[in-house]
Amino acid sequence: MKLLILGANSDIAYAIANRFAQAKKADMVLASRNLDLLHKKARELMIRHGVDASAIEFDTGAYATHASLYHQLDPKPDVVVAAFGYFGTQARAQQDFEEARRIIETNFTGAVSILEIVAADFQKRGSGTIIGISSVAGDRGRQSNYIYGAAKSAFSTYLDGLRNRLARHGVHVMTVKPGFAHTKMTAGMDLPGPITASAEQVAGDIYTAWLTSKNTLYTRWFWRWIMAIIRAIPEPLFKRMQL
Amino acid sequence: MKLHGWGRYPVIEAEADYFETRAQAADLIHTGSGGIAHGLGKSYGDSALSPHVIMTRRYNKLLAFDADRGVVRCECGVSLAELIDTFLPKGWFLKVTPGTKLITVGGAIASDVHGKNHHSAGCFSESVLSLELLLPDGTVKTCDRHANPDLFRATCGGMGLTGLILEATLQLQPVTSAYIRERITRCRNLAEAFDQFEAYRRSTYSVAWIDCLARGEASGRSVLMTGEHDDDGDLAVQPAPGGAIPFELPGFVLNKYSVALFNQLYYCLHPSRPKTQRTTLDAFFYPLDRIANWNRMYGARGFTQYQLVFPKAASYRGIRRVLDNVSASGIGSFLAVLKLFGPENDNYLSFPMEGYTLTFDFKIQKRLFALLDRLDAIVTAHGGRLYLTKDVRMPRRTFQAGYPRLDQFLSVRAHYDAPARFHSLQSKRLGI
Repeated sequence: MKLLILGANSDIAYAIANRFAQAKKADMVLASRNLDLLHKKARELMIRHGVDASAIEFDTGAYATHASLYHQLDPKPDVVVAAFGYFGTQARAQQDFEEARRIIETNFTGAVSILEIVAADFQKRGSGTIIGISSVAGDRGRQSNYIYGAAKSAFSTYLDGLRNRLARHGVHVMTVKPGFAHTKMTAGMDLPGPITASAEQVAGDIYTAWLTSKNTLYTRWFWRWIMAIIRAIPEPLFKRMQL
Repeated sequence: MKLHGWGRYPVIEAEADYFETRAQAADLIHTGSGGIAHGLGKSYGDSALSPHVIMTRRYNKLLAFDADRGVVRCECGVSLAELIDTFLPKGWFLKVTPGTKLITVGGAIASDVHGKNHHSAGCFSESVLSLELLLPDGTVKTCDRHANPDLFRATCGGMGLTGLILEATLQLQPVTSAYIRERITRCRNLAEAFDQFEAYRRSTYSVAWIDCLARGEASGRSVLMTGEHDDDGDLAVQPAPGGAIPFELPGFVLNKYSVALFNQLYYCLHPSRPKTQRTTLDAFFYPLDRIANWNRMYGARGFTQYQLVFPKAASYRGIRRVLDNVSASGIGSFLAVLKLFGPENDNYLSFPMEGYTLTFDFKIQKRLFALLDRLDAIVTAHGGRLYLTKDVRMPRRTFQAGYPRLDQFLSVRAHYDAPARFHSLQSKRLGI
């Protein structure tokens, strides 16, 4: 079995690599920007789990490189994980469009670019799984992170459509919506301990959900209910809140 | 963020930064006014505490492994638990392991940790073939017994005060089983415990639990546990059911009555005749790791460990006097451990010396500090010393008296301008 992990320098991505390598002895292709770090991680996967692991350069914004990056892979992967993302700073994005653009393009446009290429290949082969790491932030726009939320919301809708298109071709698309997690991305934030997951827990949930071909996974599980409540708050009330 | 050692005393506010690459590490040591590395926080006191700490856990990759020779090269943030999980199934175990596997390789080297086999295998530094040290000026030096030997001897046991240990190359030992053949012997008093340690000198592993509240004839009664690696070829690790202390217990739970009662029960639980049993590596080496957050048992004020060592000739007298003082004070130690060490090594601040080491856990309470000062006097009077990794209150004079090679350590530290960049609350307290 072979995995392609896009955005492999992220904590959740690496935890996923470890989980699949340990459980399925899956070979790995790690794709991200910092190649030195990636090579180190690939070597560790080889030492720890005895699997084959390699590192390739991947930049979400370099759209022209996405096709050749995917087509050079031989053999093609069985599972592709889109684990790249950029949280950005909401306040800065409101003032500086470049920041807003970066949030939108990294989380959404770049995903569309690479995943359409993957989808075409999987559809032709009639098999495979695409796992897209979105976010609970996409479930409802709120004042503290709506640009990130909007990009993730777009990504989630995109994955819905992709799932619908590919289902009849034997290809599964899973949407993963993490709530709070302790990772590099959230390093500066003050997250509430008891409900904040570790990258390993998120990866564990993803692996278990993959085994059962789940469509949408909230990790940890209780975020499905938290977001259901958040979505249910009537707009005239929600618009006055400070979430 | 709030930071503390394993004793949960003191608790400080610290700025914590992580690094994943050497370049990031070099940047970090140049920001602000310096600080200290912090791994998994199992040192008991303030050795890894500073207003600015450099967290090492993200620098935690295995870099290379020679399966024929059992040599692994890894980053400093790898934990001993991760090494065991990865390499025990391949038939390799640590040459020296302390009482917990939840520490980083960097921490194991900086504390030059010891285990139940110190009398035969020495300290953790015995397994270190070489290490990469990031110095205050931003350069990285390779240190081992031949290259930069002074720096090597200052860094092993040097409490992170010579630089940031980035990587280490470690020699593992081959094993054919994930089990230990353990022998348990009850000793009625300290003299008998000493006799038994001598009798079992050739055992690979040996350690004794000691009842620190027993008085008179029974003073120093203990349960001696010795062990050998089994050779049954069974390397499969069984996951052990663990528990957790979910919240800190009220301070009155561990007191001289409850501890005395526990000690009585524990001593009597073990048969008066020696008993042999087969036990897992986990249960033999890391009995407390299975109870997550066991340090919460001591309550909100936290606790400290007091670990001393006496030279062999003075051990019996010294330990009797220490036990008399402890049992007279009524301050019970829930856990007390006795062990016979082998000869000391060349490292300037390494703790073990040939003789007996005694360890107590004490709940932080007002009366405690006077007792520890009295014990300090006994330790110094008999030519002994205290372990920096457990310490949180040792005064300078006790430290200076106990470590005759302190000057050599200080001159290496000064030579590389380390005091400006690498300091902890402990180093400031001890004036080094």
